[in-house]
Amino acid sequence: MYLYNLTLQRPTGIICAINGNFSGGKGQEIVVARGKALDLLRPDDNGRIQTILSVEVFGAIRSLAQFRLTGAQKDFIVVGSDSGRIVILDYNKEKNVFDKVHQETFGKSGARRIVPGQYIAVDPKGRAVMIGACEKQKLVYVLNRDTAARLTISSPLEAHKSHTLVFSICGVDCGFENPIFAAIELDYSEADQDSTGMAASEAQKNLTFYELDLGLNHVSRKWSDQVDNGANLLVTVPGGADGPSGVLVCAENFVIYKNQGHPDVRAVIPRRADLPAERGVLIVSAAMHKLKNMFFFLLQTEYGDIFKVTLEHEGDRISELKIKYFDTIPVTSSMCVLKSGFLFAASEFGNHALYQFKAIGDDDDVEASSARLMETEEGFQPVFFQPRKLKNLVRIDQVESLMPLMDMKVSNLFEEETPQIFTLCGRGPRSSLRILRTGLAVSEMAVSKLPGVPSAVWTVKKNVIDEFDAYIVVSFTNATLVLSIGETVEEVSDSGFLDTTPSLSVSLIGDDSLMQVHPNGIRHIREDGRINEWRTPGKRTIAKVGSNRLQVVIALSGGELIYFEVDVTGQLMEVEKHEMSGDVACLDIAPVPEGRQRSRFLAVGSYDKTIRILSLDPDDCMQTLSIQSLSSAPESLLFLEVQASVGGEDGADHPASLFLNAGLQNGVLSRTVVDMVTGLLSDTRSRFLGLRAPKLFPIIVRGKRAMLCLSSRPWLGYIYQGHFLLTPLSYETLEFAASFSSDQCVEGVVAVAGEALRIFTIERLGETFNETVIPLRYTPRKFVLQPKRKLLVVIESDQGALTAEEREAARKECFEAAQAGENGTGSADQMENGGEDEDKDDALSDEHYGYPKAESDKWASCIRVLDPRTANTTCLLELQDNEAAFSICTVNFHDKEYGTLLAVGTAKGLQYTPKRSLTAGFIHIYRFLEDGRSLELLHKTQVEGVPLALCQFQGRLLAGIGPVLRLYDLGKRRLLRKCENKQFPKTIVSIQTYRDRIYVGDIQESFHYCKYRRDENQLYIFADDCVPRWLTASYHIDFDTMAGADKFGNIYFVRLPQDVSDEIEEDPTGGRIKWEQGKLNGAPNKVEEIVQFHVGDLISSLQKASLIPGGGECILYGTIMGSIGALHAFTSRDDVDFFSHLEMHMRQDNPPLCGRDHMAYRSAYFPVKDVIDGDLCEQFPTLPMDLQRKIADELDRTPGEILKKLEEVRNKII
Amino acid sequence: MQASDRFNINSQLEHLQAKYVGTGHADMNRFEWAVNIQRDSYAAYIGHYPLLSYFSIAENESIGRQRYTFMQKMLLPCGLPPEREED
Repeated sequence: MYLYNLTLQRPTGIICAINGNFSGGKGQEIVVARGKALDLLRPDDNGRIQTILSVEVFGAIRSLAQFRLTGAQKDFIVVGSDSGRIVILDYNKEKNVFDKVHQETFGKSGARRIVPGQYIAVDPKGRAVMIGACEKQKLVYVLNRDTAARLTISSPLEAHKSHTLVFSICGVDCGFENPIFAAIELDYSEADQDSTGMAASEAQKNLTFYELDLGLNHVSRKWSDQVDNGANLLVTVPGGADGPSGVLVCAENFVIYKNQGHPDVRAVIPRRADLPAERGVLIVSAAMHKLKNMFFFLLQTEYGDIFKVTLEHEGDRISELKIKYFDTIPVTSSMCVLKSGFLFAASEFGNHALYQFKAIGDDDDVEASSARLMETEEGFQPVFFQPRKLKNLVRIDQVESLMPLMDMKVSNLFEEETPQIFTLCGRGPRSSLRILRTGLAVSEMAVSKLPGVPSAVWTVKKNVIDEFDAYIVVSFTNATLVLSIGETVEEVSDSGFLDTTPSLSVSLIGDDSLMQVHPNGIRHIREDGRINEWRTPGKRTIAKVGSNRLQVVIALSGGELIYFEVDVTGQLMEVEKHEMSGDVACLDIAPVPEGRQRSRFLAVGSYDKTIRILSLDPDDCMQTLSIQSLSSAPESLLFLEVQASVGGEDGADHPASLFLNAGLQNGVLSRTVVDMVTGLLSDTRSRFLGLRAPKLFPIIVRGKRAMLCLSSRPWLGYIYQGHFLLTPLSYETLEFAASFSSDQCVEGVVAVAGEALRIFTIERLGETFNETVIPLRYTPRKFVLQPKRKLLVVIESDQGALTAEEREAARKECFEAAQAGENGTGSADQMENGGEDEDKDDALSDEHYGYPKAESDKWASCIRVLDPRTANTTCLLELQDNEAAFSICTVNFHDKEYGTLLAVGTAKGLQYTPKRSLTAGFIHIYRFLEDGRSLELLHKTQVEGVPLALCQFQGRLLAGIGPVLRLYDLGKRRLLRKCENKQFPKTIVSIQTYRDRIYVGDIQESFHYCKYRRDENQLYIFADDCVPRWLTASYHIDFDTMAGADKFGNIYFVRLPQDVSDEIEEDPTGGRIKWEQGKLNGAPNKVEEIVQFHVGDLISSLQKASLIPGGGECILYGTIMGSIGALHAFTSRDDVDFFSHLEMHMRQDNPPLCGRDHMAYRSAYFPVKDVIDGDLCEQFPTLPMDLQRKIADELDRTPGEILKKLEEVRNKII
Repeated sequence: MQASDRFNINSQLEHLQAKYVGTGHADMNRFEWAVNIQRDSYAAYIGHYPLLSYFSIAENESIGRQRYTFMQKMLLPCGLPPEREED
């Protein structure tokens, strides 16, 4: 079995983000690392974040930093990854790619303890960069310019210190003196030796300054001083002319200013009033903003509160450090303050957001200051505050993120054309169920009802140079309606159009006149209002029309073609007539090429299942240039010109080409390349779009011509980053459409469907899925689908959280306290916070502020029955007594008294630290009431561990409780044990069954294949895996095969060898399995690994599904970072050969951006086996043209054929 | 250093031990081995962001806090070292 791996949705979580001027312009850009992808984002004029570039790097990015050489206009990007190399990237605006400027190897690949890559710090003046590891190694590279002003990088200088852990590094701003880097270090060498524990308890963190002597080209430890033992993060303080220099050390509960030769200035971080006393406050992300004559820091705590830190200083003496409460936003992994007044918050879980600054926190608020620091016997006196609504920030955009994707199931619950992907995402109060549908999201601008059922719609400008459309013309079966576009859209009668007849086509012709084609003739409306009518000869009517701005061809009933051209005076002149052999099914003229008088090609589709290309040149007018025969009669034709590109923001470079698109009556869209000189047709690609014959319409998307195909659902064909993408739109079935451009809506589409006229725009291009979000209460764990009742049952649980009632009580208490004016510090704004309590009562606010923290052994959990169609929760059971749900399944017991029941595995008082312990585990059995909309507890059965896996098996319930697999039957008061097997290695996390086989997944020992012998009532393990695998997801493929994913980001398939499988099935007594013993406590048989692939992200769920109607099934995987990928099985050996060769060439000629070897990455833990990386192959169109040709030559193909292959295989998946 | 010394197994080993943290030696005890494995593991958890987020979801902590906890645990990952046997 050979598989093709394709990422359908790139990771949506963000590891770190930096901002700067990467393209060298005025605008601010953001570079974000999404684990294995590197993206360049830019907020557009409307404050919406646009993805400009997204590159898969085939490595794990761990840190990013930007620097600028003195006097330069643009920033470079330094990337620390797991490649054992430092990589410096430069964003190339012209080609829209990241250029690798430097790549220096310093160590082994992989995220290792002493190989740098975890931390990156740059000198604020861009003269040096330090790259560090968690322990020991730190390397400094000197950055400079050569005579041609190119960036140079030195060989590395070592700043190592063995037996030393590094918590954070940063550059110290000391103007143009020698660059200094600061590091928080902790020496463990003594703690390792001292058995009394004295050394460990006295272990002291130090802040160390490393000075790079540019003259001597040498790094030395300049200064080292003790620092608070809770220190975790360093932030550079501006120096030189801008500020006092030095660093801010963020420690648990404190922020400390430190510099050489300066006493420490310390202030406490204010605490939330409801925070348990034993919890500290840790800063997790920081941003510095520097204005002309002041600077401030924004520090965010692990609870999401942002504090503004300011330093009062005279020269380089700090007199006071102030920490003022700023606002609360969801916890971020990085914050970027843009010069344009925006704050980009890359959330660690859930959607990212762009905020605009309304104020910079100059108003009064809770403030802690170094001057008011009070030391008491119990330590420093804390300062309390209450989070409040946003005061300084206002959210203007958000970027969807599926991270963390906890569970995923694919089902066509809504009975649409393609199945929906149901995903559980998010954590705590920001949890959600997201329903993903393939296709682009559209936003509807307007829907208006029309007086009848329209058959067609067009938009026209009054003049070529106009920016916006002037009229919307709607045709009915016996009339035409003209609407003028202005502030509002209203009906007009002075447009000159004939309104008593239906229209066949309405368009701008010449420079400034309008043309209406109706069944009986052509009406030509000149700019000055003169009207010329051309009438059809005899009683014949016009059947079809094709036109561009200067040419018109009409087809009369019976099959006669008449060709008109616009002459120099703007008159429409008849040029030529041509008799076709039969009725014409459809017509199209290619658009007039730039700088030409006319287009040469006319395409005519006939009912004899052919398309002919006719010439429109005067010397061979109406000559047939080429013929194409089709599988079905064409319904609609469209020439789509792809303009030549040399890269830029539409992606790769490619020569200009012309495609003839044909929508066929059998629902297939065929795309054929038209030779731009001879008109010959070649290289046809076809794709099934839907049950109705696709109608094709040209529209404009991001300033480029694109194609809208209306079949049983609408599709958009457009070019995105070098790929031609044909993507469905998530919208209803449309009859007829036209592009629409007005003041309010620059690039929209107007369409008719039923009796309505609809105007919509297409949202973020390039996305594969669009999502519907249903909020949940706690971190979702698992869910089950009930396809018949169209309901979902979700279990949610959160550790260290208060239950809903407790939260309600706490809130009330807080409210009352505020009323009495006795709250915490008791200042005026506290009262204000109390006053805003009404706003806090809505459920959304938790989403913003997070739940109040409780002790770590407290759990909050619920079971929810959800109707995904209406987004209504029909039943919500909050679990009591510190119980948390971990597993769920539906089960039909033998005894049919209750029908389908729901089993939920829970744990009471579960604790992970210091040692995993729990009070008890339970299996709850619920009965469905009200047609599945409600649940009733039947009984609960206590078990000795956490039931992490439940599954129905032959009318009974299988439960995995720790290392025990147990079979239960339903009793009146509790579940009844029927049989068990205790021989599993560690903890059972998944159970799947097929016939009498049971496939058990162990948390660290991969799969075990079991068999249940009913006559003996015993469970045997007959085969297991020989590789330890920390399972995170599993899926049953077939009788002998399982797919699994492990904690390290590998996906693998195991299969029981055929002969072993047969032997086991043929063993009638089962005696052999029973008595056969494996070696070293293993099972007697071993499964074989048949597929192995490193995805590079922790896979949380596996599913088998077909995402396209009539397509084959593939394995879908969802990852913690919020990406979705697919593994598609090749059906022919030829394809395998082709793609493995393409992959090989791509590996050679297109090494990954961040320096990791592709083959090594995909084999990071186990050698890759039988999986071809489609993500690498799909980078083919982004290569330079000559490289594309070179690879194509070696594969004995043309670049076009390779693109076609790539498109084909993608179309089989999605 | 003499030419013959360079190929001496002991000096090669010493070189490796100095260069690569965790290179074992003949007298290595169970504790040292375990400490080394644990530190490697924590460093890998910190270095692989998806893994770090997985842990932080399990413990319901922020990723930043989880990273800090793991860094702190690298100090004494296996508890106190055993008492040295007097020899």
